Amino acid sequence: MNFEDLSTLRPDLAFIAHWVGDRAHVLDVGCGDGAMLRYLEKGKRCSGYGIEIADDKVLESTRRGINVIQHDMEQGLGLFGDNSFDTVLCLSSLQMMQHVEALLRDIVRVGAEAIVSFPNFAYWPHRVALLKGRMPVSRSLPYQWYDTPNVRCATIVDFKELAEECGLEVIEYVALADGKPVTFLPNLRGSLAVFRLRKKAKRA
Amino acid sequence: MHFAEPLLLQSGASLGDYTLMYETYGSLNADRSNAVLICHALNASHHVAGTYEDAPKNLGWWDNMVGPGKPVDTDRFFVIGVNNLGSCFGSTGPMHTNPATGKPYGAAFPLLTVEDWVSAQARLADRLGIDCFAAVMGGSLGGMQALSWSIKFPERLRHCIVIASTPKLSAQNIAFNDVARQAILTDPEYHGGDFYEHNTVPKNGLKVARMVGHITYLSNDDMAEKFGRRLRNAAETPGAGRNDYKFDFGVDFEIESYLRYQGDKFSEYFDANTYLLITKALDYFDPAREHGGDLTKALATTRAQFLIASFSTDWRFSPERSREIVEALISNRRQVTYAEIDAPHGHDAFLLEDARYMGVVRAYVDRIWAHITAGEAA
Repeated sequence: MNFEDLSTLRPDLAFIAHWVGDRAHVLDVGCGDGAMLRYLEKGKRCSGYGIEIADDKVLESTRRGINVIQHDMEQGLGLFGDNSFDTVLCLSSLQMMQHVEALLRDIVRVGAEAIVSFPNFAYWPHRVALLKGRMPVSRSLPYQWYDTPNVRCATIVDFKELAEECGLEVIEYVALADGKPVTFLPNLRGSLAVFRLRKKAKRA
Repeated sequence: MHFAEPLLLQSGASLGDYTLMYETYGSLNADRSNAVLICHALNASHHVAGTYEDAPKNLGWWDNMVGPGKPVDTDRFFVIGVNNLGSCFGSTGPMHTNPATGKPYGAAFPLLTVEDWVSAQARLADRLGIDCFAAVMGGSLGGMQALSWSIKFPERLRHCIVIASTPKLSAQNIAFNDVARQAILTDPEYHGGDFYEHNTVPKNGLKVARMVGHITYLSNDDMAEKFGRRLRNAAETPGAGRNDYKFDFGVDFEIESYLRYQGDKFSEYFDANTYLLITKALDYFDPAREHGGDLTKALATTRAQFLIASFSTDWRFSPERSREIVEALISNRRQVTYAEIDAPHGHDAFLLEDARYMGVVRAYVDRIWAHITAGEAA
């Protein structure tokens, strides 16, 4: 997959790819079909591993030729040593985790930098749905309340707070709508939140 | 194939003159880049796939994996199956004549290690003109050989496929092996290993050894489902005051009948000395040992790309054991794909048809093929 294909098919991934350095060693936590990691390997000469639990996605990732490790992220990232990656990606997966805080801490343990994305629950159509008295169903939250794998709902403001509590520094964050950054009222107009994080430098 | 030059073994002994039985499938391409070596486990052989014209029922032990159109497609790859030294399917073993004495080796046959087998396989590869395998693969003990290849001959394989295996046996694994060995060693027909001269076979010992081993190949759930507590000759209407237990030490339960049958069948074709030496090779395998137990260091010399696979209900070589290999490879930044297959059949799953298992191996081997064809085009 080249950058144009990625931009067309997965504009959010294409945007996030800009934040990953050339030749970076990358861990993609919840790598899905492996499209992102494959692009990073081909387009930016990155190396690394993807973690995925679902059989069908492990198979797709294997077909794509990435190094996929079948593993339950809820079990943590014990397979990986401290600071063993330049960048850890956790894209649209965190909201499915039971142990969000523990995983977040593990992500910054194994990587110098982390990029975390999740559907922004405060996106305005979601607010409208709630005002109407219904749970939001949208392109970024496409499930009904009773069958959603998204067990954690968060807004940009909420996540910033958790990141602070976990001792993480937010390098930058952006709200995306259709893969394009939203600068005006991002917590209202962005459907996908993307954070760039790193461990806070320890004071001497 | 006959080898005259002595093979120095890890024990310090050497094997002066030996034969390796092997089978090949498919054809070697012009640049000799499509060879795949299949390593066998405890009771299998060089006969990996297909049948023989004169033995149409003798199906290769990994026929669901290897053959035309199979995950390891013999229309693409040149596949080699080799019977290991000390085994009992044609390669030199304890039942063959010791040139030094003119009598069968018996107890005098040297103990071999996984590394010794790999050395012998490398000599076969030399003779066949294969400098570098596209892949070396195996399940269980076969997986240990593949792993050992990646350590011993890092430049001679591009991919290493290790299925339902382990970097070393646990105390429990060794314990089961020793029970099996004791069954053979204490059989009066064993005659200290020289039973060939007495024209007998320690059948009972071998049978019990196989029964013990077989238990460790199946999962508890699988056994419960296949046999449960079902009686061999159950009455039409059990219970109701009817006594259908036999109250003797014959066969009551289906599981007893099954294991005894498997044990009997095995003791008719397998060699007792082979069983002893192969279980010992399993026990000794521990590539991390010479690195102070550090598997990461042991795998530091590897250059291959890896596919590691395990099965959820395998309690003989559980997924945790495979994960140790994966972790050590990741620490070395090796290329590795790991599949943990949710399958009900315990350790035996590596030999059985399972769509997820076969799918991942096929996808991985297709990648190997894509690289080979890309290399030819370049």
